[in-house]
Amino acid sequence: MTASADFKHRSNDDSNYKNMSPTVGPREKKSGGESRDDSRVLFFLFVPAVVVVVILLIIPLGWLIWQSFFNAGSFDLENYRRVFSGPYRDTFLLTFQISAIVTILVLLLAYPVAYIATTCTPKWRTAILALVILPFWTSTLVRTYAWLVLLQRTGLVNKGLLALGVIDTPLQLAYNQLGTTVAMVHVLLPFAVLPLFSAMQKIPSNILLAGSSLGGSRFYVFRRVFFPLTMGGVLAGTTLVFVLCLGFYTTPALMGGGKTVMVSMLVGRNIEIYTSWGAASSVCAVLLTFVFAIFYAANKLIPLEKILGTK
Amino acid sequence: MNPQILDKAIRGVLIAIVVLILAFLAIPILIVVPLSFSDSSFMTFPPPGWSMRWYSSFFGSREWLDAAKTTMFVSAGAAVFATPFGVASAYALQHARHWSLKFVQTVLMLPLMVPAIIVSVGVFFAFTKVGMVNTISGLILANAMMGLPYVLITVGADLRTFDSSQELVARSLGMGRFRAFLIVTLPQIKPSVFSAAIFVFIQALDETVIALFVSGGAEQTLTRRMFVTLRDQIDPTIAAISTMLTAITLCLVMVVGITRRSAGRQTQS
Repeated sequence: MTASADFKHRSNDDSNYKNMSPTVGPREKKSGGESRDDSRVLFFLFVPAVVVVVILLIIPLGWLIWQSFFNAGSFDLENYRRVFSGPYRDTFLLTFQISAIVTILVLLLAYPVAYIATTCTPKWRTAILALVILPFWTSTLVRTYAWLVLLQRTGLVNKGLLALGVIDTPLQLAYNQLGTTVAMVHVLLPFAVLPLFSAMQKIPSNILLAGSSLGGSRFYVFRRVFFPLTMGGVLAGTTLVFVLCLGFYTTPALMGGGKTVMVSMLVGRNIEIYTSWGAASSVCAVLLTFVFAIFYAANKLIPLEKILGTK
Repeated sequence: MNPQILDKAIRGVLIAIVVLILAFLAIPILIVVPLSFSDSSFMTFPPPGWSMRWYSSFFGSREWLDAAKTTMFVSAGAAVFATPFGVASAYALQHARHWSLKFVQTVLMLPLMVPAIIVSVGVFFAFTKVGMVNTISGLILANAMMGLPYVLITVGADLRTFDSSQELVARSLGMGRFRAFLIVTLPQIKPSVFSAAIFVFIQALDETVIALFVSGGAEQTLTRRMFVTLRDQIDPTIAAISTMLTAITLCLVMVVGITRRSAGRQTQS
């Protein structure tokens, strides 16, 4: 106890070098070698970051959820009744539908990219990963803008289809659910490629060789050995993409053309246009519940850090 | 058919598919560049003629320049705050032993887990209570919070592989923990701290949803102005801004890549 008190004192006051006896021996990981008092000093390091998150996020969200149970000053579940009926429920269903479609499309596109990036030569791998990371770091707004330009009535896609004779009149590609889905797939694709790639890279090649030397065809080895070993990456990618879809705002707000309304836009409209905290609060609470439930379930299978590490 | 030839054929088809997917990823970003030099206000491709008019439209507009200035200032400010806060937390997470650490870690990752739209509502509510709506300091604070998880992830990963016994040696020779960190540990994790700061900057550059709620008037960010403009029309000025934004981001990511690579070489030798 004296040693730890002395140590704490020293870590606070750098000028005190006189007492130089090595009071702390080599610290073994998780052996409890670190004293309690030192832990308390270390906890002060969390203070600035935690205070910011608590004040800007946790307290306001707590208040928001509390608020959702009241209507005109008295306890009332009216806000929730609205969420689970009529247009609000339809919006939630549409959001889940779009999120599911986007997630499936993203995984289908990401898997072969990650697979080829894992199995090709290092030079090609760098090129492929660069092409995946470039859009990853490009502004979401810029990418949505690009799709608005490409998919508009006089855009490149319509022009190309007209030139090829596939269509006679330009199609309505932007400002609807189709455009929203395409742009969302584009924005979220890197979020699935990266965890898949890191999962595939960890698979030792001799396991696959063993599989084929035992007589398995290439496809059999892929199906029975390779694919099951990538499930961690699949799960991380699925969780991340699905959750990002559920709360996506900018792309659907611009691409949806006001017709494809997603949950996030419901929140935005209630606050921006109607300043109706009550209506927005219950929508937020339900969305938040879904998001946390998904993270909680995924965390049972793979650590959360691994899922969020990609972002 | 010979199974080896079949394998090759399957792989060939797969490679063709991947090339198409990569084109799908890259073309939308690349196509904005030639469009930004178009002399037509209809964003058709290929452009009928070339000009710099959309760049001069940006640099000639007080509003766009103000928005760009706000964004640069806010992003830099966010990096200045988020980096030390995040590094301190990452260090404490690495060294402290307590049952509540997992909880603290989750709290610090919340800005990344909670959908941006909900974060915005929360931040907006907090700011209306303290009168920080439409202020630069509010934007900096909100973006610093959004950047915290990036610092935690980037620096945390580096600290996990860092040999902390070096710092212990310094401390056993009488150095305080803080000094030992500054003199022994920090110089060696500098590349990841630097990358973390850049990630915070890039994330703040891109942040749109919070800015929609808490910034306005003269204090609006570039992305907010872009978003509001795009809601009405496909303004070609945005092609010019997009090209510049992408160029800036690309340069920053490359700087990160170079510092990381040279740092990797140092540890190897």
